[in-house]
Amino acid sequence: MTAITQIRRNDQPIYLDYQATTPMDPRVLEAMMPYFTHKFGNSGSRSHAYGWEAEEGTEKARAQVAKLIGADEKEVIFTSGATESNNLAIRGVAEFYKDRKNHIITTVTEHKCVLDTCRHLEQQGFEVTYLPVRKDGLLDLDVLRAAITDKTVLVSVMAVNNEIGVIQPLAEIGRICREKKVFFHTDAAQAAGKIPLDVEALNVDLMSISGHKIYGPKGIGALYVRRKPRVRLVPMIVGGGQERGFRSGTLPTPLCVGLGEAAEICMKEMDAEAKRLKKLQERMLKGLQAKLTDIVVNGDLEHRIPGNLNISFAYVEGESLMMGIKNLAVSSGSACTSASLEPSYVLRALGVEEDMAHTSLRIGLGRFTTEHEVDTAVDELVRHVNKLREMSPLWEMAQEGIDIKSIEWAAH
Amino acid sequence: MAYSEKLIDHYENPRNIGSFDKAAEDVGTGLVGAPACGDVMKLQIKVGADGLIEDAKFKTFGCGSAIASSSLVTEWVKGKTIDEAETIKNTDIAKHLALPPVKIHCSVLAEDAIKAAIADYRAKATKKADAAE
Amino acid sequence: MSALAYLDHNATSPLRPAAFDAVVEALRAGGNPSSVHGAGRKARAIVDKARREVASLVGASITGTIFTSGGTEANNLALAGAGRRRVLVSAIEHDSVRRAVPQAELLRVDGDGVLDLAALERALAASAEPALVSVMLANNETGVLQPIAEVVRLARAAGALVHCDAVQGVGKVPVDFRSLGVDYLSLSAHKLGGPTGAGALIVRNGAPLQPDRRGGGQESNRRAGTENVPGIAGFGAAAGEAATGLDVAALRDRIEFSLVQIAANAKVYGVKVPRVGNTTCISMPGVPAETQVMALDLAGVCISAGAACSSGKVQRSPVLEAMGVPAAEAACATRISLGWNTQAADIERLIAAWQSLYIRVSQSDISHTDSRARAA
Repeated sequence: MTAITQIRRNDQPIYLDYQATTPMDPRVLEAMMPYFTHKFGNSGSRSHAYGWEAEEGTEKARAQVAKLIGADEKEVIFTSGATESNNLAIRGVAEFYKDRKNHIITTVTEHKCVLDTCRHLEQQGFEVTYLPVRKDGLLDLDVLRAAITDKTVLVSVMAVNNEIGVIQPLAEIGRICREKKVFFHTDAAQAAGKIPLDVEALNVDLMSISGHKIYGPKGIGALYVRRKPRVRLVPMIVGGGQERGFRSGTLPTPLCVGLGEAAEICMKEMDAEAKRLKKLQERMLKGLQAKLTDIVVNGDLEHRIPGNLNISFAYVEGESLMMGIKNLAVSSGSACTSASLEPSYVLRALGVEEDMAHTSLRIGLGRFTTEHEVDTAVDELVRHVNKLREMSPLWEMAQEGIDIKSIEWAAH
Repeated sequence: MAYSEKLIDHYENPRNIGSFDKAAEDVGTGLVGAPACGDVMKLQIKVGADGLIEDAKFKTFGCGSAIASSSLVTEWVKGKTIDEAETIKNTDIAKHLALPPVKIHCSVLAEDAIKAAIADYRAKATKKADAAE
Repeated sequence: MSALAYLDHNATSPLRPAAFDAVVEALRAGGNPSSVHGAGRKARAIVDKARREVASLVGASITGTIFTSGGTEANNLALAGAGRRRVLVSAIEHDSVRRAVPQAELLRVDGDGVLDLAALERALAASAEPALVSVMLANNETGVLQPIAEVVRLARAAGALVHCDAVQGVGKVPVDFRSLGVDYLSLSAHKLGGPTGAGALIVRNGAPLQPDRRGGGQESNRRAGTENVPGIAGFGAAAGEAATGLDVAALRDRIEFSLVQIAANAKVYGVKVPRVGNTTCISMPGVPAETQVMALDLAGVCISAGAACSSGKVQRSPVLEAMGVPAAEAACATRISLGWNTQAADIERLIAAWQSLYIRVSQSDISHTDSRARAA
């Protein structure tokens, strides 16, 4: 057996960034290994045993993914990841139906790849409505209903937000879309394997899934495309005609197998894992609240995956806090934009003031997080928040009773 | 993303954190930046009877580079006349700490903070002189 | 199963041990290269190292090397991303080039499977609109090398951009991106002993490239999506190993020599022109390719009737068709492709299996003819 026996070495920081990426489950790696070595064939090779063996692997994986979301395996397409799935779903539908309908609805808190795809479509002449969200981060269904017109072809709303972990009311959105005969796409990269998803019950027509957010490998994802009623797409990548023509390219068999195995493990362990993470989430929050004042949880706490906390530590700038808590791997926003200095657009969309948005940390808990790690993280956070507040002029003013908003700041 | 040792040292062991009484005549206070931009620096100088800056303190809300920049300038201004302190350039700060390009604005802010503190001190001194007349 | 002779490296090549190690190491490391914390920086370092290795394999710049999910995506990205409405592609390109843009005009090849340069010249002269020309380095079915230097010369003179699908050429012949002179070059990891799911598009500094997919700013805003770190790591390691080249031409020649000895009318396609050393496209006259492939598979030898992506479907090879090979003849051609772990024993096994099939079929043909003769 070649499996990883220990996820974290003692000299490595505590990983609390499960929304950026998850470590691979050793069981997933074990399932993949044979496909890197002796089962290395091209699943498109129909002429010899290597090809068949590889195809068996990809098709089992397809069924595993389908089962996780209550789909038929014929409805699952492998892609290179959720970014590609989102691009393909939105652009593919928009372009296929453009002669009849040209309006797309999404929300302002979507992942960057959804928003960028929509902006790109706008440049191509499509109309896009970016719906606001409420203060708790959730979509207002009346606002959605009012936005749908007879030109609307697609509603794209993420299942779980990558920064604040809130769960959108998918069943209700699905019902509205079905009623109005509009396709419903959901970016489920952060949701699949963490909360129960059933494409039938939710009336979802297209669903994006990522491998590396569910303890599977990077470089693989899936797109669910409904067959009844049928959803048609213009493919983005053409060539050998793999994946029912929706997505050409040699299937990366080990990655497909890894995604399948990851999906199956998630399905089996979802309930127990959610309960465990809920306890850790509570432990983390209570631990922080017991020792720190002026901290705010961003986004609804109840309609939220248990593996996420997004907290503003008032009067402490997020980046300096990150620099201090060297022993913790956390993020001050989504990974793809974390190198930029702009405050999170997701938090801004919730109406979080810019100064508070600058003080936020995203803490992601997951399968391999332990109680001890949570406690260590709490101690470390408390220590550094206190230290930085001691040197924060804003904290000083707040203690003196000065309202920071009353000061005329010279913006630079 | 790799920060220089000097920068990390100033971030981890910041010099001269604290506050002087901002109403005191021998204290000049500069408050620059804005919470919405993610940086606020408060820099104070205490000027002796001989015209030399005898002490300096700061508090900063901002990233590690902002904290290090302000910590560094409090060290630099000590023992200088206010005219000398006024000549500190952001480029010197950036160079000393080897700030990455995206963090140059932190050194600009630190320079602004010294200038603001000096201006505040001078305004107080002028007011005092006016009152004495 | 390990006793199989795998001779279908042009479909996919088994993972080299060094690539395997790199993949596993990266899987262990975890981390999202866009995260700024230690785990993220480690992942970033793995990607950066692989980028140096891949760039170095083809003499390209680091900044011009964009990782993709594979050769298909790289080809699609180049053809759509160059932003030229007029696109000229050779008739023997892989589907991921031929179908990448619907308006592509096909350029003919000669009987040896080499691009007809005069046809290219005429096509370039036919319109003032600046074009994109896409010609592969080596054909996937025949291994025939294409005259890229001449293509570049003609294209440059006409203000055209050049893309080269080098998926089947890199690692088999030395490739130097700068001296090749093309604007875009596509690579695939799993064709040179790296993992599936990774590839690259090399872009000349200054050549236009519109990104296709939208999202995070990965790959300097040219290819969004979290990087497939283990895949990229394995690609880098495989590239490092592939740099030493592939020394299998003698084995390939032995196959051709032997098979023609067995069946004098067996035909090797592209034999008169320069080819990569690992590929042979050869016919067993009168025996359908599907029959050959199945019989050889039963004998533990893996070969292919054509490109892997379409090999499940019984259809005529567009490559042989473009070369003017009659349909009946093309239907009897198979592709045998060697790779980094091919042994002389694999070749002997192929030759033996091929011979035994040929003898069996010829005899049954003869007995068939005999029985007919008797009946008449």
